[in-house]
Amino acid sequence: MIQALEADPSMDVILGMGAQTPTVPFERAEFVRADQTYSILNRIVKATQVDTILHTFMITNSATVPQRAMNEINVIGTMNLLAAAGASGSTVRHIVVKSSTLVYGSSARDPSTFHEDTPRGSPASNGVERALIEAESLVRDFSEDNPATLVTVLRFANVLGTHITTPISRNLSRPLCPAIFGFDPLLQFVEEDDVERALLHVTRGSIPGLYNVAGDGRLPWSEVARICGTRLIPVSPFSLLNIRPLARFFELPEELEDLLRFGRGVDTRRLASTGFKYNATSAGAVESFIRALRLRRQSGRKPNSYTYEHDVEQFFRHSPSVTGISDN
Amino acid sequence: MVNERPVIAERKRSTAIVPIRIPMEESKHPNDPRQSDVDEWGRSERTRAMARALYEPLYSKWFRAEWEGLERIPAEGGALLVANHAGAIPSDAPVIMHGIEKELERPVYGLADYFFRTLPVVGTLWARTGGVSARPLNAYRLLKEQNQLALVFPEGTKGPSKLFTDRYQLRRFGRGGFVEIAMRAGVPVVPIAVVGSEEAMPVILRLPTLAKALGIPYFPITANLLTMGPLGLVLPFPAKIKLRVLEPIHFDVPADQDRYSKSRVMEEAENIRTLLQESIYDMLRDRRSVWFG
Repeated sequence: MIQALEADPSMDVILGMGAQTPTVPFERAEFVRADQTYSILNRIVKATQVDTILHTFMITNSATVPQRAMNEINVIGTMNLLAAAGASGSTVRHIVVKSSTLVYGSSARDPSTFHEDTPRGSPASNGVERALIEAESLVRDFSEDNPATLVTVLRFANVLGTHITTPISRNLSRPLCPAIFGFDPLLQFVEEDDVERALLHVTRGSIPGLYNVAGDGRLPWSEVARICGTRLIPVSPFSLLNIRPLARFFELPEELEDLLRFGRGVDTRRLASTGFKYNATSAGAVESFIRALRLRRQSGRKPNSYTYEHDVEQFFRHSPSVTGISDN
Repeated sequence: MVNERPVIAERKRSTAIVPIRIPMEESKHPNDPRQSDVDEWGRSERTRAMARALYEPLYSKWFRAEWEGLERIPAEGGALLVANHAGAIPSDAPVIMHGIEKELERPVYGLADYFFRTLPVVGTLWARTGGVSARPLNAYRLLKEQNQLALVFPEGTKGPSKLFTDRYQLRRFGRGGFVEIAMRAGVPVVPIAVVGSEEAMPVILRLPTLAKALGIPYFPITANLLTMGPLGLVLPFPAKIKLRVLEPIHFDVPADQDRYSKSRVMEEAENIRTLLQESIYDMLRDRRSVWFG
């Protein structure tokens, strides 16, 4: 994400923040390693006089962190960030929040397609969904309290692509992949480049509002597995007790259980009407994921789209003999 | 890749016993990695063609279905088909869908309770063969945005669960939701009166406690079960099924309103119910035999 922002010369200062050190070095962005406590966020917002905050740290996969920590990050983190942004003297004009279509849930009562203002079909049954719903409601409150600040919430469908790993991508990259017996849900995916492009689109265009972000079209889970060349192993549909032990064997966090039963579809016309063009359809996202996986399998390394030559970069930055304008 | 596509469609057309116009998406990605033809409703034209091939003998030999006024069903544009619903496992739904797809070559989406989605295997097959859960949003999307034909049974499960002694007595038409949807989508309602489905699988007895325990809407003991044993679970009696399509009803109200006058909605729903009930009586008056029509 930061790499994409760096490529845009209109961005003056880019400040990355996160609890972990970034895995790739940045060309011109600075990075602060910090967690989301209010005092730190508040000081950073004040000191840097930022005008735009991209809030992309929310966790949408319960397998990565324990429930408590996830709640801490998604709800308390969001709360602190919004409080810092809304503090007196804040220069923040635009906040972009990366949320997930998990807020719609997945149940038999659902309509086939969720619009941005369609209510959930059933109450949230798991922690991630509850946390995301709560975080979004904090964002809504913030935008009501601070009408001068633009607020954008992007709800992303399940992401697949060349680099990202999610429980779905890990399952699909194994020879055996879980399915719930007798169910073949329709799923919608978004390609990871489109995730980045959508965030950039609303950031550059200063577009406020609530938008679904997902590739066109929906695929049955069986077809996704077929495209990826993995074999589906049916898991008994009747008891969750049955699924729990298997969840360890496969990677099946609770928010996936319902999704693999009933699937989810979202309407993406609202974002398209702001002028955003998707590069990939849902099927295209699956295709891009499996092509990258094939390359990784056969060449034994990750495809590298971003090259950073530290020495060369340092030379450009600091050598007195560099006088012309470098290609940022 | 690009040139292959029409060829595949052509082949699909020729192998299907009943041809159907396959709605081709205009904005096809040139290198579409899709392998199946499952649409956003979970419907697959290939599975549907297979289901039609299997159902054809039942439709034309077993039930000897006979239509009247089929030309009243619009050849294009959205329309909400409304019919009476009867028999423990209602034969009216597949007969109407099969008949219209066969005669008019238009796909029909059957709207039904979301309960079907919760059933393993059945739910998936139901969706693949054109079943959609009856949510107002789904109906609106089908009718208004995709100009499709959607079939609903306003009686809901009250229709098929009623006892044989109550045959051809239409149940309450829900809360008139179907009228509201047709108004909002700006499409006509086309009532279809069906005779024969009552006798195809008559309900002799209901076991509400067992139904509750199993979590299903009703648990019927059918005449089929009593006379044919386990085979009677799925096999209907060969009653002659006759269908009469009534004049489409257009509501002259603006589409896309948030709310419609409840009294107007209930009035229209009641009106459609009366029309259907009267044509059913009319058809029964003309019917000499349950089996031969």
